[in-house]
This record gives sequence, structure tokens and C-alpha cells, in this order.
Amino acid sequence: MTNHWIDLRNSDCILVMGSNAAANHPISMKWVQKAKDNGGKLISVDPRFTQTSAKADLYAPLRSGTDIAFLGGMIKYILDNNKIFKDYVVDYTNASFILGDKFDFGDGLFAGYDKEKRSYDKSAWAYKKDDKGAIEKDPTLENPKCVFQQLKKHYSRYTPEKVSEITGTPVPDLLKVYEMYSATGAKDKAGTIMYAMGWTQHTVGVQNIRTMAIIQLLLGNIGIPGGGVNALRGESNVQGSTDQALLFHLLPGYLRAPVAGQKSLKEYNDLAPKTTDPRSVNWWSNYPKYSTSLMKSFWGDAATPENDFGFHWLPKLDAGQNCSWLNLFDAMYDGKIKGFFAWGQNPACSGANSNKTRQALAKLNWLVNVNIFDNETGSFWKGPGMDPKKIKTEVFMLPCAASVEKEGSITNSGRWGQWRFKAANAPGDARPDGDIVVELMDKIRGLYKKDGKFPEPILKLKWDYTDQKGHFDPHKVAKEINGYFLKEVKIGDKQFKKGDLVPAFPMLQADGSTSCGNWIYSGSYTNDGNMMARRVKEDATGLGLYPKWAWAWPVNRRVLYNRASVDKNGQPLNSKRALLTWKDGKWVGDVPDGPAPPFGDEKGKNPFIMTAEGFGRIFGPGLNDGPFPEHYEPLECPLPNNLMSAQYNNPTIKIFKGEMDKHLTCDPRFPFVGTTYRVTEHWQTGCMTRWQPWLVEAEPQMFVEMSEELAELRGIKNGEKVKVSSSRGEVECVAMVTTRFRPFKIGNTTVHQVGMPWCFGWVAPKNGGESANLLTPTVGDPNTMIPESKAFMVNVVKA
Amino acid sequence: MADGYSIIMDTSKCTACRGCQVACKQWNQLPGTETKNTGSHENPPELSFDTYKVVRFSEGKNGDGKPYWYFFSEQCRHCLSPGCMAAVEKEEIVQDEKTGAVLFTPKTKNLNFKETLEGCPYNIPRQNPKTKEMAKCTMCFDRITNGKQPSCVTTCPTGALAFGERDKILAAAKARVEELKKSYPKAEALNADDVRVIYIVTDDPKKYFKYATPK
Repeated sequence: MTNHWIDLRNSDCILVMGSNAAANHPISMKWVQKAKDNGGKLISVDPRFTQTSAKADLYAPLRSGTDIAFLGGMIKYILDNNKIFKDYVVDYTNASFILGDKFDFGDGLFAGYDKEKRSYDKSAWAYKKDDKGAIEKDPTLENPKCVFQQLKKHYSRYTPEKVSEITGTPVPDLLKVYEMYSATGAKDKAGTIMYAMGWTQHTVGVQNIRTMAIIQLLLGNIGIPGGGVNALRGESNVQGSTDQALLFHLLPGYLRAPVAGQKSLKEYNDLAPKTTDPRSVNWWSNYPKYSTSLMKSFWGDAATPENDFGFHWLPKLDAGQNCSWLNLFDAMYDGKIKGFFAWGQNPACSGANSNKTRQALAKLNWLVNVNIFDNETGSFWKGPGMDPKKIKTEVFMLPCAASVEKEGSITNSGRWGQWRFKAANAPGDARPDGDIVVELMDKIRGLYKKDGKFPEPILKLKWDYTDQKGHFDPHKVAKEINGYFLKEVKIGDKQFKKGDLVPAFPMLQADGSTSCGNWIYSGSYTNDGNMMARRVKEDATGLGLYPKWAWAWPVNRRVLYNRASVDKNGQPLNSKRALLTWKDGKWVGDVPDGPAPPFGDEKGKNPFIMTAEGFGRIFGPGLNDGPFPEHYEPLECPLPNNLMSAQYNNPTIKIFKGEMDKHLTCDPRFPFVGTTYRVTEHWQTGCMTRWQPWLVEAEPQMFVEMSEELAELRGIKNGEKVKVSSSRGEVECVAMVTTRFRPFKIGNTTVHQVGMPWCFGWVAPKNGGESANLLTPTVGDPNTMIPESKAFMVNVVKA
Repeated sequence: MADGYSIIMDTSKCTACRGCQVACKQWNQLPGTETKNTGSHENPPELSFDTYKVVRFSEGKNGDGKPYWYFFSEQCRHCLSPGCMAAVEKEEIVQDEKTGAVLFTPKTKNLNFKETLEGCPYNIPRQNPKTKEMAKCTMCFDRITNGKQPSCVTTCPTGALAFGERDKILAAAKARVEELKKSYPKAEALNADDVRVIYIVTDDPKKYFKYATPK
């Protein structure tokens, strides 16, 4: 989230799209309701009329996988009807930037496409620069090669009629949504988006979100209370684990994983973005401070300037290597991965194309399943269709403590690190994850001591995170993440001694005098104490920032890009919701995005400090699949062609070609669109909740929701057992025939869609059914590789 | 306090998260019953000796063809003149003077179940088939007499459920209905003068649940 949960209440218009917040983030509706109580509007756009739709002022259906068409139409509407917030667009975004001569777009492809490699040469999307290296701009926005005019041109094709033909949304419904939402382009109005996996799990997942980000920039909705682009994270601490580099291409704090061939720390650091604009803060220019401090945290005294602070001990990716989920399980299926820790997860139900995942597990030599309950992953070898005698995988089940049985922090969607205390001891032999990691690492270090190859990274590791009894100490780790001064340092007029905790990341150094396990968390645990454990209910702005309740990264800023919430003189765009005000030479309110004076001041800085240019990116030249979002059909779809261009699917997706990676499009055997979702009662794959009698009582069995029209077509009655199948698998479940799914009129054809949850699995409860992920395809977004679980093709018949 | 307590169940704010249904079971330590999916999210299908609260789901199409989906968290209304007490002789059912809660005691096993059920306009009382004892919502009597709100109210994320002194709840219900009427002319508080659990609806109450209004 750029903003945070409570901030939803400050919105004048909340669009929920790619999410069913009422079911999956029930508490969010507390703040949505408060916004409604204040006169705010709620819009729900979803293939199915959901619990969220039931509360909405306006509902519009759309076919799964057509969000860019829907939102592209909104961009056109905003531009055609001059709903933009002009000052914001001119001053705070890259709308005025002139594009280079190479940039072009035609029939679904941007300039620079290489058909063989299925990738773009992004240099074709560069801005035009003058001879001093400065980006050329036209603040009148009239130059035909400026971003604004190119945007207009790009989305001129997204007429309501064309959009409706693709999405199946009736034109009047489209226009009502466009009109209601684009009203937030007014200076004193705020609109926000709540999205979740309904946007990310597509082959155009990142671009779905980019389309909305463009809308938010055009309407001046980024950086303001009640605005922003808000991802509703699917687990209480998934934000925290992402921050801590759960993903293969990152080191903690969104530093890049190094790549083989980078010869020195300098070469690695030099990849950080650069700018020639003195008014751009370009925060990433601090990269060397964060990378060096991270390695000092890893290796302590052993990290020295002479050995590049241990840079050569960091694991390196091969050039172009992608180790994301689908690729990992593909490699496992091919027998290239011998051992696997399934830690607090259940891939046998959660991963797309779970039949392949389950077969992949059978190729392992060993599997360690760390969980609070048995699950389909740990017990895969005795699951449906498996012959235990033929499976050589040795499985270790390690029971671990549940979240309430250990102390530590979680970071919520709003980036608030919140400390939690232990409520009870874990039962039996179950242990906190930290204790398991400590013991595991001690064993590994022992083995490396004996005869380890390349032992330095392991044996020189600073590894002192236990208490006097040898248990994992979460406070020691939290302090390490915050960072220490490693020697006496004077910064300005402040003197810090060795062993002091770093007060905030601006104090981090690139010379090895500081350590920091994750720069964005620097300030979370200081000499003043554990900031994440704070519980002070003060709210000076009245906007729900509660700056002394827990701690938000970065530097306790509650709303990101908040320098865009003020005009050029630093006065709030909306005086009734003053997030930040420039008063008597300083900022009052939220923690500003840097202390510099407002944009209009001669010493002022550009507002978007995390981009090299300092401006919000309407034109986004960094993604793998294009600088403007473009509609492509899902890999499996019901239409024989893309009505928007000759380019059928996203041209940059990786096509898996293994024996279990089947996909079929427009095949009469699988004529219906399928999608997956969660239910309130079950958490993710249901690993925790399927053992809970009150929850199983409320949502006991796998189901498929379908329209009355489809049920009639297939002769299915409500409550009957049916079989849903895709080219990859089949699931038996109960038919839920409902008025909440309606057939889509797509051009001259009728397209039916069905939806299923993925929270069930064969282990428990008995007769509960199986996960919808047995049906979902092995294909991912070209930027993130998140699987396309939200749009694929299925058949439904009576069981 | 003059007139006991009351609860608002504002269906316009209910998202059917079913936190109330589960919180009720948790506080009252009631077992989960074995259920099947019968083509609806609504489960368990009925109130029972082990289930005091069920969120009802009701869907359909409006005149304009647009779908609706209404949620109705069903429970005992704690009537001011409880019909279930018609045949009571020896405190089998009591109406607590201070709170207004209508409470089934273990002595309900001596009552005629059919009569008790028929006496209730809302089809609430349920019987243990073995012990013949009857049970239903207690308004969390053990909580509200110890300074706490009923468990369902504490759990509700959106404020669809609210608990308080009856005069304040009546005033809040009235104000809410007036507010809702601006957008939903059919908005009303159901039988507010007769019951302590007051349901606010925005449409024909029969579209929500068979027993939204007295049978």
C-alpha cells in the first residue's frame, strides 16, 4: 500500500477491482464503511457479484483477464472529458517528457521487440535528451512526441464500444464507473484503489496495476490521504517477508540480487539509477550505503574494504536466471533440485498446476515440511494417484510454533511493522521458526567446518542471534535489521558511538562504519527502544496516521509520495485533509519524502524521490512488456483473436513446453472461463483453517459458482456434484448456481465464466474436496512470473 | 438503567464475514456441527441446540435485472413480551429485569418444545434431542453483566452490530434509517418497538429471510 488501511476512510471514491475485500480482507470494510458514512462512494468491478459488490454504490461485471481494456477505456474517458488534475499532471508526472525518436507502437507491439527472444530492447523507449543529458520537456503537453500526447494516442483505440466488446461490460455500466471515479480528478477529491490477486495473477498482472497507477497520476490521486495505489496483501506478514527479500531477485530492502559477472562491489553499486537533474533527489543514489551496510550486517568485522565488504561471498544469479516459483518447480520436476524446504506453505495446493507441483515433489531426494499442521505437501506421497512404494523422497515433518506462540514483528499491507508478543507456549515439540533456523544453521556451520567447499560465506557469517539459553532472540535480529554504528561516527553535529543503534537510514554509511540488515527498516528499533512495539493513540492530523502506533517504513512515513499532496508552495491540495503543510520553513504533518522545501521553492525538489527523474511515471520505461499497458488476451481465453490488435497474448511471456504444461485456448472441450478466489473462512490453502470445526462448518466443501444460464445449458441443478476440468486436471465439487454470475456478451458470442476457491485439499476435512489449483496453468507475468490463476479455460459437467 | 439493553443489526453494513457466527460459537463453547455444501454459502443450514446464530444469505435479481445479495445475521430477538414464555410456569425461561435478556434455563427440558417454538414469532428455540433442554442466544448474559459487549458485537468489523442501552440504540436505529432512506426509500428498522435485537433493512424484509418479520 502507498497509504494504509485506516486511510481508506479518507477517500471520496473507492474502487475495488481485482479484489473481493469484503470476503478476503474483512476488516478493511470497517474503513470503507467509514468512507461511505462520510459520503464516499464504493465501486466494485468483478466478474462475479461478490460480498464487496453487495455493499457497493456501483457494480460492473467484466470478463476475467480484461482489466487493461476496462481501465484503458477509463484513461481515454479521463482525457476526452478533461477530467485530469492539470497542475499535478504537468508538475508532478512525466507527462511533459519528450520521447526519443525510436519510440513507436503499432498493432500491439512497442518498438524494440525481438521475436526470437520474446523480449524488448528497452533502449527504444528512452526519453529524448539534450546535449547535456537532460530530458527534454514540453509543459504545454502539446508536443506530439510528449508522454501525454502519446498516452492519448495509445488509448484512443479504447473506445467504450471496443472495451465493452472485449470485457463484456455493458457500455452504460462502463460509463457510470468512469464518470464516478474520474470525478476524483478535482483538486480536493481523493480516489483510491483496493486490489489484490485478481489483478496480479495474470500474464498482464503488473500492467493491470500500472494502468491504475496512470489513472491515479492523471487524477492527482497519488500521495494524498484517501488516495494511492493499495495492494491488499494476502497474508498478515507478506509485506514483511517481501521487504526481507523473500523473492529470488532481491536482497533485503529491495536491493538487487547480484549477478555472476559483476566483478566488484563498485560495478554492482554503479547499476543504481542516475540523474543529471539537480532538483531530483534520486534516492537510489544512496545505494552503496545500503548495500555496504547490509554486508557489514551479514559478515561483521570480516567484511572489509579490502575484500569488497564480502561482495564476492554473496550468492550470484546467472545472467538472465529466473528462480521464481514456476521455474523452481519446473526445475524440480526435471529432477534438477534435490532438496526442498516447504516452510509455512503448502505448494501442493497453492501453486498453479498443482498436479505438476505434486509430481515434482516426487522427484526430490528430501523434503522438509515445516508447518503447524500436516498438509498436502508433507503428505504428497500418499495423496490421490500416488504410489508410496515408488516414491523415494524422504519427508521430514517439523512442527513449528503458531504466530501467537512466539514473539516478533509482522508488517502489514500499510507497511506498519507491528511488534507482537507471545501469548502461549507452543505445544509438544513444536518450536518457533527462529529456533529451527538457528539449529539448522549451527549444523550447517559444523559441516562446513569439517569439509565445506567455499566455506567463507558460511563460517565468517556474523551469527549471534541467540539469547543466553541458546534460543533465537527476535530482539537481537530486529536490532540487526535496524542497524548499528560500528565505530565512532560524527554526522553533522551529532556524535554516535560504537554500538549505538542507527536512528534512521540517512545516517547509514558506505565506508563500513555502519551495519544494517534492511535499510528501509532503519529507525524501527533505535536507542529509544523498539518503535514497532509502540501503542500510543495520538493522531494530531486527524487523518488516522497515528504516528506513534507501531512504526511504518520508510522513516515512519504513513503515506508514500506525500510531497505530491501539496501544491508548488507546499500548501495542501485539500485543506480539509492536510497531510503535509510547509509552514515557517519546515514541513508539518506526516514525515515528508525528504526535508527539502516544496517544488516551487528555488531549493525545492521533485516530488517522486524514488524515480531517477523525480516524477510520477505515466510512461513507464522499466517493465519487460511495454511502457504503456496494452490489452492482451490471457494465455487461455475464449476468443479466437485479440480485438485490440494482432498480438494475441502478451508477447513477452515465457511459454513452458513440458509434458505437464498443457494449455488450450478456444478449444471446444474447455469452453468456459475459469477463475479462482478465496473465502473468508479459509486461509490461503486452508492449511490452518481446515482443522477448525467452526470454520469447516461454515464453509465445508469445494464448490464451483456458475450462472443459472450455464447450469441450464449443462443440465446442472444447484447443490449437485459436478466435475470441473481443464487441460491439466479435474476437480469434483458442488455446483453453486447463482444469479451472481452472469454470462458475458462478448461481441456476438456468449461467454460463460465460473469461479472456484483454492482453499481445499484431500488431507482434511474428509469429503472437503481438492484445490482449484489442479486446474490452473503454468504461465506467469513476464515481470514477476506470478501465475495466471485468475483466467483460464475449463469445462463443467455433471459428476 | 431504565430499560435494559438492545442490539442493532444493520444489514446495510453487514458483509457476511460471519465473524459473529463464529464468535458466538467460540464464546459459548458450542461445537461445530457436521455440514455439507448444498449449493449455498449459508451454513450451518439451521439454528440448533449447538448454533445460536446463523448468517443468512439471500440473492436474486431486482426489477432492473441487477443482482442483489442480502445478509441477515439471524438470532433471538429478545422480545419485550416474549412469546416463548407463554407456557412458562416455574422459571423455565426468564426475562432478566435489568438487561432485558430472555434466558432459557436447564428447566426448559420440562417445557413442551412444540408450544415454545410455536410461541416464538421468529422460529428461534431449539431443543437438544437427548436431554430435551432448549437453547438459544443469551445476549451473552455472562458478558453484558460484566461490562462487556456481546461476543458477536465485539467481533463485527464494520459496525453492523451495535450494543447499548435501549433508548440510545433506538435513537441510533432511527437516525440510521433516516440516513438510509435518502438512498433506499424502503429502509426500516424491523419491529423496533417489540424486540431488543433490531434489524435495519433497506428493502422488502422478506427478501432477506423468511423470519425477518414475525411469522
